[in-house]
Amino acid sequence: MKPWPPSAVRQSLIGCPSCELLCKAPARFDGQIRMRCPRCGAVLHTRKPNSLARTWALVIAALIFYIPANMLPIMTVTSLGKTQSDTILSGAAYLLLHGMWPLALLIFFASVVVPLLKLVILIYLLISVQLHSRWRPRDRTRLYRITEAIGRWSMVDIYVVTILVALVHLGNLATIRAETGAVFFGAVVVITIFAALTFDPRLIWDSLEKNHE
Amino acid sequence: MNQQTRITCHECDLLQQLKPPPPGGCTRCPRCGAVLHRSKRNSLNRTLALSLAGLILFIIANTFPFLAFEMQGQITETQLFTGVTDLYHQGMWGLAALVLFTTIIVPAVQLTLMLYVLVPIKLGRTPGHLAGVFRLLQTLTPWGMMEVFMLGILVSVVKLAGMATIVPGLALWAFGLLIFVLAAAAAALDPHRVWEKVRYAP
Repeated sequence: MKPWPPSAVRQSLIGCPSCELLCKAPARFDGQIRMRCPRCGAVLHTRKPNSLARTWALVIAALIFYIPANMLPIMTVTSLGKTQSDTILSGAAYLLLHGMWPLALLIFFASVVVPLLKLVILIYLLISVQLHSRWRPRDRTRLYRITEAIGRWSMVDIYVVTILVALVHLGNLATIRAETGAVFFGAVVVITIFAALTFDPRLIWDSLEKNHE
Repeated sequence: MNQQTRITCHECDLLQQLKPPPPGGCTRCPRCGAVLHRSKRNSLNRTLALSLAGLILFIIANTFPFLAFEMQGQITETQLFTGVTDLYHQGMWGLAALVLFTTIIVPAVQLTLMLYVLVPIKLGRTPGHLAGVFRLLQTLTPWGMMEVFMLGILVSVVKLAGMATIVPGLALWAFGLLIFVLAAAAAALDPHRVWEKVRYAP
């Protein structure tokens, strides 16, 4: 592997997270003092504070919420006296049975695969950083980029429920109500977005430098 | 002066000289491959024009009828905001807040602040609190989810198409256009051009 020059933190330099200005870190910068970027005022950190612990906490919270999000119904359709509750999976199955398989695939991918994939990738990244793995850091950084980009698309089911609730509003003829599963599902999406934001991909690269010492 | 062209990669912390991107291309970090700088021609003017168009479309999308749903002679007409109020009335205030935040508040604040930043710059002035405002804009970016909402609309329409007639309203077309305008505005913006305008004492 090509030897890279030492990273900014080892030359007492911090890149501003917001405007990218390169700032000089004070001689003993241990996080005790709050340093701000002279240009944009953002708080400077050599690495995101407590990144591993915070990301773990959020990942575990999301995993816990993921269970009721999938077990509980996300909406109930009342039509001519008949009520039918749908979970995320049964909603996708309904679409599949009615021949709308591209849509079923889309919902299954956005609502079931994406959140789970995101959590699995984050857990893998967390463990690999904690084990000081030096294995394919470039690909692991790419995995991180994927988790950052795909998370938002899980919101699609929440929006579908919102739109259906607004549209199907016909008294006894047909009404749709949102159910608790949707709340948990929304929480999973928001928590995983925060989890991706608190993970610091630079930690992946730090292990490579430590082993040179 | 030399320090200004030196940057550190935000994804792997590699210290490097920032090379200007080739026209139409981008500069990537040689170590981790993160995009460091993308070439954007006439960035501020184009972003300003697109944000202005975006704000007009946003207002149309939020004031005109969005979708109407017709079933056995009964019609419900909705606006973009109706879903939020209905969720709230069903006791789902958390969901209502989430939808309100990601599809209405964030895009509205983003468009307004973008104009607040770009109009004075266009007129040769520096807007007050430029650094703080622009930082807030960057923080809000991951929370604006209009394009996901558009996908939600498509899914809902297909789902209901078998049961009833869906009549698209003017707001729906405005909303569809708005997605492209917002994406184009985000693609046109070169944050470096804005940060250059911030005066500071190093």
